[in-house]
Amino acid sequence: MDFLVFQYPMITVQACLDGILLGVLFALIAYGMALQWGVMNIINIAQGDLVILGGYIAYFMYLYGIHPAWGVIVAPVIMYFVGIAIYKLVINKVVDRDLFISILATFGISILFMQLMNFAFGADVVLANSGYGTTMLFDSNVVLPNSKIFSAFISILFAVCLVIYMKKSKLGRAIRATAQNARAAKILGVDTEKVYAATFGINAALCGVAGALISITFTIHPYMGLPYTIRSFMIVIVAGLGNLPGVAMSGMGLGVFEEFADYILGTEFRIGSVFLLLVLILVYRRFKLSRKREYLK
Amino acid sequence: MNKNNLILYIGILIFGLAAPYVFPAFKVQLSILCILIVLAITWNIQGGEMGYNTFGNILFYGLGMYLCASVQVGMFFPLAEWTESGGEKTFVHTPAQFFQGMAAGLVVAAIVPTIVAGLIGYAILGLRGHYFAICTLGLGVAAGEISGGIEIIGAGQGFTTPPFPNVGSLEARGEFFYFLSFLVLVLTFIAVKAIYTTRFKLILNAIRDNEDKAEAMGIETMKYKIIGWMISAFFCGLAGGIMGGLVGYIDSTDVAFDGREMGVFMVLMAILGGKGTLWGPVIGATVFHIFKEGFWTFFLGWQYVALGVLIVVIVIYFPEGIMGWLREKYPERFGEVVDEADRKAQVEIK
Repeated sequence: MDFLVFQYPMITVQACLDGILLGVLFALIAYGMALQWGVMNIINIAQGDLVILGGYIAYFMYLYGIHPAWGVIVAPVIMYFVGIAIYKLVINKVVDRDLFISILATFGISILFMQLMNFAFGADVVLANSGYGTTMLFDSNVVLPNSKIFSAFISILFAVCLVIYMKKSKLGRAIRATAQNARAAKILGVDTEKVYAATFGINAALCGVAGALISITFTIHPYMGLPYTIRSFMIVIVAGLGNLPGVAMSGMGLGVFEEFADYILGTEFRIGSVFLLLVLILVYRRFKLSRKREYLK
Repeated sequence: MNKNNLILYIGILIFGLAAPYVFPAFKVQLSILCILIVLAITWNIQGGEMGYNTFGNILFYGLGMYLCASVQVGMFFPLAEWTESGGEKTFVHTPAQFFQGMAAGLVVAAIVPTIVAGLIGYAILGLRGHYFAICTLGLGVAAGEISGGIEIIGAGQGFTTPPFPNVGSLEARGEFFYFLSFLVLVLTFIAVKAIYTTRFKLILNAIRDNEDKAEAMGIETMKYKIIGWMISAFFCGLAGGIMGGLVGYIDSTDVAFDGREMGVFMVLMAILGGKGTLWGPVIGATVFHIFKEGFWTFFLGWQYVALGVLIVVIVIYFPEGIMGWLREKYPERFGEVVDEADRKAQVEIK
């Protein structure tokens, strides 16, 4: 355990830039999480598995000779329908029930997806090579793969498009109305069932985009889903529901934290440190609130 | 305790003691069943009685497993050399060493998780609802990931527990572990049954039903929540210690801190049987284990797919469990006075 980070300041710059580019992706996934949590009041443990599934779509395009960057377009379309299917089969039965029921049910979906992906795509760690090359900064001391810059750019693009869509379109207004008060929205003629399905579909599509980008920039593996769920959950509880700048900021913060944990503790503790950070954040907030005799709601 | 109950308990006890001789081929399965029932019962203390749905009891289970094996090895041999590849072949436990080590290991495996539960309880149990659930899920996975990076307990390559010494017949290993796990099951059941007759259970139920009101009534809820978790941790640790010896090999994420399998199983078993009842987890675990073993052999390779579907189906369609279903069907048996008019009125409200 040598603290390279402190001896070579350039590594600090490298870790920060890497972390920010990674964090943008996390923020995109967390945005989907916040959307469904806010609108439907469910916590989706299968979020990470949807991401990985999106990644495999891009990977298969790569295998069949199509440039994986097109996965950014194809994956969300396929994932939208996957999301709708999951909603119709399972989620619509847990929407108005206890949150723990939704956690357990989506945990079941998560296990199911994990194993089906394992059967279909094999247990190897794969990545889709985009062939984008790298960018050197600061006299070649900081190396950034162009694919990471590309993925961050695409994530921001999608997030901006979605925000505008939610503000301007009819469906976006219906989704926001349902989030505020489902019953009132129903009275005013919003088909909440359709809104829920669309919300889940949009969430799955966002996961698809993020997954396609992850398969280009990093690696994917059928069992890698849960950390993405936990990361997005963490980002949402730090930022709060419906706080978009907060989601973006805490996503980047988490990315930077992870890169530093990777350098300082070693790669084998990277995932562990993410989960531990979640526990620490929750405990910190619990003590902060308990002074006012309140608790996290 | 009335006469019928006494006969029932004696019958189960006799069945439990005779089982390894009646079904000699299923000794390992029966031992695992005992462990599963213990885990379901202890989960029920949190999830059923207290209303704190935890995914984190796996932490104590895995901790107990590693501690028991480490103590059993570390008492006689250097632990670091044992966990190096092939180390377990160099050092061999004599029968006396094995049993002494196991006994000491189980004591440690029970006590340390209890202390850990007490220490982290104040911080974690202040969370409520789904925050508690996700936090404990994170805790269990973090423990698995971190223990997978620690060299002295085998890191990624796993930890082989001491092989059973060559005493008695070939059946000795299975019988030893069966009776050990059955003993722990009986102890757990008696302890939990005794607890459920006291005010303690009522306090736990009050916390589940309305924690703020319970606090307003002057109950120190935090104290009782921590005590409840410590009781769970005690028996989970014991169960883990035995399971480690039974499986013979400890891996950080696949055996010990196996949140994806054991951690969900205990929740599922308690829900399947009916949470918040004494017998629910026992029935749920038994049904689940039989069902699972059937699936595991018929659907070899597809077991996790089946498991995923099973979770979704149980959670969506049977959230009240078997006991809840029985209760609805035969409310008189559960000592509930049913007023027909009242029931009709309730149906109308619904």
